[in-house]
Amino acid sequence: MSSRLPVFLSLLAWALFWELSTRIAGSTMFPPLSAIIITIGDVVQLKSFQTALVVTARAFAIGLGLALVVGILVGALMGRFDTADRILNVWVNIFISAPLTAVVPALMPLLGIGETTVVATVFLFAVWVIIIDTREGIRGVSPSLVEMARSNGATRWQMFRKILLPSAMPEVMTGVRLGVVRGVKGVIIGQIIIALVGFGALFETYLQTFQMTRFWALVLVVFSLGFVLVEIVGLLERRLTLHAKSR
Amino acid sequence: MTSVTAIRMAEPVEVADIIVKAVDISKRYGDGTQALSDVTIEFRRGELTTLLGPSGCGKTTLLKIIAGLLPASGGEVRVDNRTVYGPGPERAFVFQDFALMPWASVLRNVAFGLELRGTPKAEREDIARRYIKSVGLAGAEHKFPSELSGGMRQRAGLARALTVNADVLLMDEPFSAIDEQMRRKLQEDLLELLREEQKSVIFVTHSIEEAVYLSDQVVLLTRNPGRVVKSIRPGFDRGAGPEAVRRDQRYLDAVDDIWSQLKQYLS
Ligand SMILES: Nc1ncnc2c1ncn2[C@@H]1O[C@H](COP(=O)(O)OP(=O)(O)O)[C@@H](O)[C@H]1O
Ligand SMILES: [Mg+2]
Repeated sequence: MSSRLPVFLSLLAWALFWELSTRIAGSTMFPPLSAIIITIGDVVQLKSFQTALVVTARAFAIGLGLALVVGILVGALMGRFDTADRILNVWVNIFISAPLTAVVPALMPLLGIGETTVVATVFLFAVWVIIIDTREGIRGVSPSLVEMARSNGATRWQMFRKILLPSAMPEVMTGVRLGVVRGVKGVIIGQIIIALVGFGALFETYLQTFQMTRFWALVLVVFSLGFVLVEIVGLLERRLTLHAKSR
Repeated sequence: MTSVTAIRMAEPVEVADIIVKAVDISKRYGDGTQALSDVTIEFRRGELTTLLGPSGCGKTTLLKIIAGLLPASGGEVRVDNRTVYGPGPERAFVFQDFALMPWASVLRNVAFGLELRGTPKAEREDIARRYIKSVGLAGAEHKFPSELSGGMRQRAGLARALTVNADVLLMDEPFSAIDEQMRRKLQEDLLELLREEQKSVIFVTHSIEEAVYLSDQVVLLTRNPGRVVKSIRPGFDRGAGPEAVRRDQRYLDAVDDIWSQLKQYLS
């Protein structure tokens, strides 16, 4: 409980600062926090918001799902086979630090101005960190566990599913959590750049029509959704890695 | 009680029944290390043979080649007169570091060999429970490896090797990571267990006492490159029990004999 107190106090201080400074300044760009919070109640009931939420959630889920499958498989391949590692490592290291936002406009002519581009953005943002952390985890698997499975005649799939993946679970889950964080950024950035889909379209409308209270309400909602999502993945991470930690 | 071992020791077989044969095994690692050079050893059925030698003489390398986990650079391994090219169900490995899955219970760990072979869950857990009991781990079925002592972990490792019903047990310094008192207990329990389970055991150790205490045959190896120096059959009666054995003159003589053999290779 006491460890929560500083967090609570810091949030409270920030909220007070926002409320007071905006009331004093009286800027239309930055409405008071109280007004924004009241507006959240209205915004979430809008049909346009609910549609945007569904569209966003779907693009995020598909992009992240692809990033998980590809990231874990490629990471495992790189962790297990030196040849694969040598070929792919340079690319992964380029893309992990690349400013991918700049690539999104280039995707549009290829994938169209719509969901596909958003899905691709989520994928591109999330996949690299999952690859790197999975590779790390697979490299750290105890050689004697691998030999134990081999001496019991494990197939390739059994080796992956029953030894490599569970052994690497702590690192894989770190990669997944960071992948979710990046994926959340990716879905919003993708939508904003395209400006015609999901929350991106809503943000654009509110800005164009100067509905700043709604704009900030939407920002807070999106922040909260991202935060809650990452917290859930964190919980999942702790559950899944309970025993692997003691290796 | 006249043990099976005692009878076998009293009547040396003319034509020994060989279960595993390593023929002219050489191993050169990728970095040029010559770990083994023309090693030929016969392992008799139903016996416990130890590979004894200083660290680095290629004991683990040889055991892994026999297990089919490592390819030899030359020579071949025959099990029941058939050349083998990889791991097989007739050989089970017991690891120095136990090789237990930290995320799985003792029960799942012990049943894991059968799980990989596709044995139905109820059946394999039945078998696993039986061996968990016979290695003295009853009650620990639902514990995780991290909750067990080193000795108990190796008991689980041994139980896993027993569940798959292999004829040959390959044990790589199984007790060396375990403290002294517990190690003695494990050695005694292993012999006890082997009286019931008809297994052929290839046991790697660097402890002369452990080798002599456990073995029907002790194969001495030396290093640079790893090769066989001598093979010794201690041949004392184990029927009298562990305390008597450790005071038996032939046990003490065998220890001395091996020590004087190995001493000349240490410099
Ligand atoms: N993977 C490897 N690559 C290169 N050299 C190795 C490897 N494994 C073992 N060796 C070398 O081979 C020799 C025998 O090793 P090992 O079989 O582990 O001996 P022991 O088990 O008797 O201690 C040692 O000199 C060791 O350094
Ligand atoms: Mg060794």
